[in-house]
Amino acid sequence: MTDILKIDDATIPKFPKHVKFRYNKARDEWVILAPERLVKLDPIAVEILKMVNGEREVKSISLELSKKFNAPEDTIISDVKEMLQNLSDKGFIEENG
Amino acid sequence: MDDIKNNNLKNASEHGIQAPLALLAELSHRCPLQCPYCSNPVQLEKKTGELTTDEWKSVIDQAVEMGMHQIHLSGGEPTVRHDLEDIVEHCSKEGLYTNLITSGVLLNPDRLKKLESLGLEHVQLSFQDTDHENADRIGGFKGGHAKKLEVAKWVRDVELPLTCNCVVHRQNIDNLENFIQMALDLDAERVEIAQVQYYGWALKNRAAFIPTPEQLDHATEIVEKARIDLKGKLVIDYVIPDYYAKHPKNCMGGWGRRFLNMNPKGDVLPCHAAETISHLKFDNVREKSLKWIWENSEAFNMYRGTDWMPDPCKSCDRKEIDWGGCRCQAMALTGDAKNTDPACSISPMHNEIFSMAAEEARRAPPEFIYRKYGVRFNSPI
Ligand code: SF4
Ligand code: SF4
Repeated sequence: MTDILKIDDATIPKFPKHVKFRYNKARDEWVILAPERLVKLDPIAVEILKMVNGEREVKSISLELSKKFNAPEDTIISDVKEMLQNLSDKGFIEENG
Repeated sequence: MDDIKNNNLKNASEHGIQAPLALLAELSHRCPLQCPYCSNPVQLEKKTGELTTDEWKSVIDQAVEMGMHQIHLSGGEPTVRHDLEDIVEHCSKEGLYTNLITSGVLLNPDRLKKLESLGLEHVQLSFQDTDHENADRIGGFKGGHAKKLEVAKWVRDVELPLTCNCVVHRQNIDNLENFIQMALDLDAERVEIAQVQYYGWALKNRAAFIPTPEQLDHATEIVEKARIDLKGKLVIDYVIPDYYAKHPKNCMGGWGRRFLNMNPKGDVLPCHAAETISHLKFDNVREKSLKWIWENSEAFNMYRGTDWMPDPCKSCDRKEIDWGGCRCQAMALTGDAKNTDPACSISPMHNEIFSMAAEEARRAPPEFIYRKYGVRFNSPI
């Protein structure tokens, strides 16, 4: 039995195969799609998820975001973890490895 | 006539309703199985009337232009169509999340591999029971269950995500734990446990399917426990039969609010059972655009929003939560689609209908009436 994933600085997040993070042109919005599921995302979540590629760690994602938005790294990293944890609890994010 | 709406009903925009999220595409009503609870209409569509490949492709283009996210390729049995590959490829190219809902019995490893490589993203495989003999009896297809177990393996071999669709009722509900175990053994991501919904074929067979309240409570307990035990490992979606619920389910997220359903000949329906409401006139993609239909089709606008509701729904504070329940069930059981869904405990007809159903559940189950072409269907009860 897989344990419930706990997202920390070193976690390398990725989308499970049945979960798609996709841009809908007609609606001009990014969404998460899974069987019988549709998750709408706020702009910050979209920025984070665009960097989720199964290669980058939470820490490196956060670092880049904090530079990009000129925001303190520790706030960003806790926001990133919180958001990914939330998605992971619902089965939309898993760990690479 | 094509561009103006032909009635005085408010249309989708006037209701503040956006484009639909997903399209349920019934590619064909043909199916080698004969499940007596099949959700297809009792008057099944013939092969000759089915939309062509190009017609489906145009529908897909229109769905994408409207902003739909997902397509469910369903039936009947969608794999009877030899152009399924073309259709999947087109859906995927256009960016729709592409899901195949199948009984599996016509699939082989090569075809699955091909479908995966063309962009299929998810497979929902239906199971009638976990017991071979009983499963084959319910589906009316010998050797079906064994084949399905094999198909599930092939699905995983090509690394496609898998959902096991299990329809449960009094003749298999005692195997519920086995269903969940089967989904685990088959390495599925998700299992959908749905009680039979009673319209069309299923209503004809209600006495054969309806569980007792005790069976149902037991089932709910099992699911709740499994959900905790298997968190993070298996997603369990559970639909209880609304016969025993206090309030009806929020059917399709409300009539004409989120989804649309297309039958094999291109009629556009607010839900797969909408044809049981015989006074509704459906528009067809051979004559009108999908967008026009979503906006203006009378069949959609008739029960959109809350204006059409009589009491008790009209004055109920849940009316924008469950939208008065299921119109098809109201039609089937009360004779008027506008009535409050009798699954609701507030419906004046609830007690009479549901004590009758509960009574059926206590008696021995009758023989099935199998889903077949050409069976005539008049009065539901
Ligand atoms: S419910 Fe059974 S008969 Fe109906 S389409 Fe599905 S597999 Fe075929
Ligand atoms: S009365 Fe109508 S709106 Fe109220 S709970 Fe029942 S079905 Fe829903």
